[in-house]
Amino acid sequence: MADGARLKIDATFRHEAGRLVGALTRFLGDFDLAEEAVQDALVEAVARWPAEGIPERPAAWLQVTARNRAIDRLRREAKGREKLAMLAADQLGGADLAGEAATAAAGTAAMPQAEPDERLRLLFLCCHPALSADSQVTLTLRAVAGLTTAEIASAYLTSEATVTQRITRAKRKVAAARIPYRMPDDQLPQRLPAVLAVLYLMFNEGYLSSHADEPERRWLQQEAEELAELLTRLMPREPEPLGLLALMRLHLARSRARFDDAGGIVLLRDQDRTRWDTAAIAGGIRLLRRAASLGRPGPYQVQAAILAVHAETTSWAATDWPQIVALYDLLLRHEDTPVVRLNRLIALAAVQGPQAALNEMKALDGALAGYHLFHATRAELLRAAGRYPDAAAADRRALRLASSPAERALISSRLAAPH
Amino acid sequence: MKYLLMFVSTEETNSRSEAEIGEISGKIGQWWGEHAAAGRILNGEQLDGPDTATTVRHDHGSVSIVDGPFIEAKEQIGGYGLIDVENLDAALELAKSWPWGGVVEVRPVLEMQMG
Repeated sequence: MADGARLKIDATFRHEAGRLVGALTRFLGDFDLAEEAVQDALVEAVARWPAEGIPERPAAWLQVTARNRAIDRLRREAKGREKLAMLAADQLGGADLAGEAATAAAGTAAMPQAEPDERLRLLFLCCHPALSADSQVTLTLRAVAGLTTAEIASAYLTSEATVTQRITRAKRKVAAARIPYRMPDDQLPQRLPAVLAVLYLMFNEGYLSSHADEPERRWLQQEAEELAELLTRLMPREPEPLGLLALMRLHLARSRARFDDAGGIVLLRDQDRTRWDTAAIAGGIRLLRRAASLGRPGPYQVQAAILAVHAETTSWAATDWPQIVALYDLLLRHEDTPVVRLNRLIALAAVQGPQAALNEMKALDGALAGYHLFHATRAELLRAAGRYPDAAAADRRALRLASSPAERALISSRLAAPH
Repeated sequence: MKYLLMFVSTEETNSRSEAEIGEISGKIGQWWGEHAAAGRILNGEQLDGPDTATTVRHDHGSVSIVDGPFIEAKEQIGGYGLIDVENLDAALELAKSWPWGGVVEVRPVLEMQMG
């Protein structure tokens, strides 16, 4: 599809899709049907709009099309009579809505009006802990972000069949186990982290993954950022969504310096900091201040604070490493994982020297033996300690485990460099 | 909506002292009574140990009878409760408050489509 058409569809449908799925789910009490009908409308828009032009009122067009596709689907099913009656009772005549003029005139008066927090409720449904992590991400992308199955498949470098299967399974579980469409206000502290984790996973996949330079990947990153932004608007008293959004914005502020002209990775240490986006950094830090003013620190705020320290420093050498180590210690209190411990060691090495970090690293060997960045980090520390043969051995292990071409290139270049 | 809660014992719950078991049993009685009175629990039972289980396996027309549970595992179903609540969130709340601890599998009961 042409990029221009895609962008216009982005700007209209994508923001309506979630609201529409939500409103229809509430109206029909059937998430599967609502989601399929909106997906049908999206696929139709993607096929028709680039050639026929964007309808005057795209949101209304999509709403009516989704409604008609729901009617089509219900007519094919014997059990759909009751819901069909509900849709028929609606003031828009379902059958004669092919013309866009009629659609535009009818406007959004018919059908349930989307409540302001419809997408939020939908997000909590898609990120329900009773669904697998894969299903949560896939459902969120389709139902809330309004991506088609084909788009999700291309973004995740997988087949459409796989994505379809995942969505079918997830929706079957939603229906069979009766996962409710509701805002879990009584369980927000337990449920919010899963939503944030899905958005961060989506962002990472789009921004930090091995294929981050592909345009499909940028959609993922943009969707994740938009949804995080939505969370901050709909839940303004919750600090962690602000922390997550700050984290994303601070990552993005450095995006121009992350790759060299040949597409190779440039490590933070070597990045040209004049290419960082200072306005974006200031915006990220403002978000972080707002989060901090709510007085409830959490893992995303702390991670964003770590990035903020780097973002405000003009060179690797001038970095306030004791501050970074202190922030990692704080992060460990929220999220004590081997990967967080590994990242802390890089800062610790800058404060106490490579040997201190290497000593602490031994404790992580068991948990991270299969993680290429563990060996790559170890190689860096060994090199800093002057143990070149050991460093090369660690880099070779990292190379065996690394899958991304850019990372493999970086490690190979280190192995080839003379010491 | 009906769900079956399958209460699974774990190494942790299996290694409790008599005193602990007595204390938790009291809480279970209270928990069960409260939810049954509110109509959330329809019925349920505690099961005897997996060492008392017998497995009957049908295999292409032949039937074999074997001593023991159908899966040999440290974690075994020790009881069940059939509940009737509004949705999965409500079922999960019940499972989370189960005083015995261990593992609780929550399974929706398949409802026959009418008409």
